Amino acid sequence: MGGVMMNKIAHFIKSFTLWELLKGLSVTGRYLFKTKVTIQYPEEKTPMSPRFRGLHALRRYANGEERCIACKLCEAVCPALAITIDSEEREDGTRRTTRYDIDLFKCIYCGFCEEACPVDSIVETHIFEYHFEEHGSQVMTKEMLLEMGDKYEKEIAANREADAKYR
Amino acid sequence: MIEYTPDFLINFWNWFPVDAQTVAIILGKIVLILLPLILSVAYVTYAERKVIGAMQVRIGPNRVGFFGFRLWGLGQPIADTVKLMFKEVIIPTQANKYLFLIAPILSIGPALAAWAVIPFDRGMALANVDAGLLYVLALTSIAVYGVIIAGWASNSKYAILSALRSGAQIVAYEIAMGFALVGVLMASGSLNLSAIVEGQAGGMSSWYFIPLFPLFLVYFISGVAETNRAPFDVAEGESEIVAGFHVEYSGMAFALFFLAEYANIILISALTALMFLGGWLSPFEGFTFLEGTMFEFLRETSLIWFLGKTSFFIFCFLWFRATFPRYRYDQIMRLGWKVFIPITIIWIFVEAVMMLAKVGPWAV
Repeated sequence: MGGVMMNKIAHFIKSFTLWELLKGLSVTGRYLFKTKVTIQYPEEKTPMSPRFRGLHALRRYANGEERCIACKLCEAVCPALAITIDSEEREDGTRRTTRYDIDLFKCIYCGFCEEACPVDSIVETHIFEYHFEEHGSQVMTKEMLLEMGDKYEKEIAANREADAKYR
Repeated sequence: MIEYTPDFLINFWNWFPVDAQTVAIILGKIVLILLPLILSVAYVTYAERKVIGAMQVRIGPNRVGFFGFRLWGLGQPIADTVKLMFKEVIIPTQANKYLFLIAPILSIGPALAAWAVIPFDRGMALANVDAGLLYVLALTSIAVYGVIIAGWASNSKYAILSALRSGAQIVAYEIAMGFALVGVLMASGSLNLSAIVEGQAGGMSSWYFIPLFPLFLVYFISGVAETNRAPFDVAEGESEIVAGFHVEYSGMAFALFFLAEYANIILISALTALMFLGGWLSPFEGFTFLEGTMFEFLRETSLIWFLGKTSFFIFCFLWFRATFPRYRYDQIMRLGWKVFIPITIIWIFVEAVMMLAKVGPWAV
């Protein structure tokens, strides 16, 4: 009984001296002078994982032959139906794509295509800063994808290398 | 200064009738008060973003500067103002046009007009009215009409809900505020703001916040509630009623509400500084040992002290916003009616007893 009374009195004193409010104010007061964690984006950037999933690319083998064999596993696995592939037999008897389009408006950058690919052909690069200026340019064609692959092959290979032991 | 003024200017001035001269002088003073005030309003918004940013371990705006220099983002409020000025004022089709447009004016008018009686330094007030305190109380009460009319005229459920909340809240805290000021009245024996400040002469120990400490707290917290600021900003309540009474406002009409809110913050801070912290009086006034040393100037009264004290309270407004979560509505009402009003009444009684018994500051 006495304890309850004491608690009530303690609560009364605590609330009238604004004790908890002052404690809260002291926390924010201390944080006011802390070193700021903001990253000044265009000048500074956060570190990026080798698994980062950005813009797509089609890779080639070292001899210059494109890796893609038009198995269409990526097209099948794509949850957003962003990939469209047409294929035909080449003179040397191999199956190759004649069309490989990725609609970047549909793509959700889930990385399933990358995982489904048996020959490591379609990959996602670390590039995430891009824009489109006219309607229709959001579709990446086979030529654009191969060009991306040629341009960033070194980084793509390095990222794959870094992540290989976890796969 | 007069002797350096060219004769033709003096002749030109004297050519006007005396009444016109008086009007011109008053208008000049109004401009001298309002321009710095509006500029400070702009920079209080900047300070708010910077201070709250810093308390959340962020940097805050730091991009917009002047002439290609960033200057820690000091150009931000100017850019915001220019943006708001060029935006369209959209009037909802079902809104009451007349009331819709008059509401922001009703909101900004009193917020600016109240500055007429604020003394910035000894003798530096636009109007040294004897009923200055009553005038200020009256004008701060009128401000609620802007909010209520804006909520009604918008013809939007969010706006009307916010106006109801704001109206009830301001009425509740107005009473506690008024009672807190009764304590100041009893201590100073005057309604004149300059006289109230002069009554606190004699150093920090004779400022009213010491004998009237509970009233000081009640006044300032009620001030926060009056201006609808966090943690009492249920009128805004963006999680449930979007933005409150000004959801339907855009462009300059919205900017006026914004201006009024911040002008009110500065007003409440200035009034708290005047009535409880000795306004323009120096905190070191009582330090007689400073006499004859190089720090003697610290004992002088000055505009700087007033501005410094006001800035401190403005900072408190921002500090509260960064610290406290929003009150629940019934808790706000409970605090206003069942805590603050009894506290003020009890302390007025205590003060009266102290005066009768001649203890504390009344021991003459």
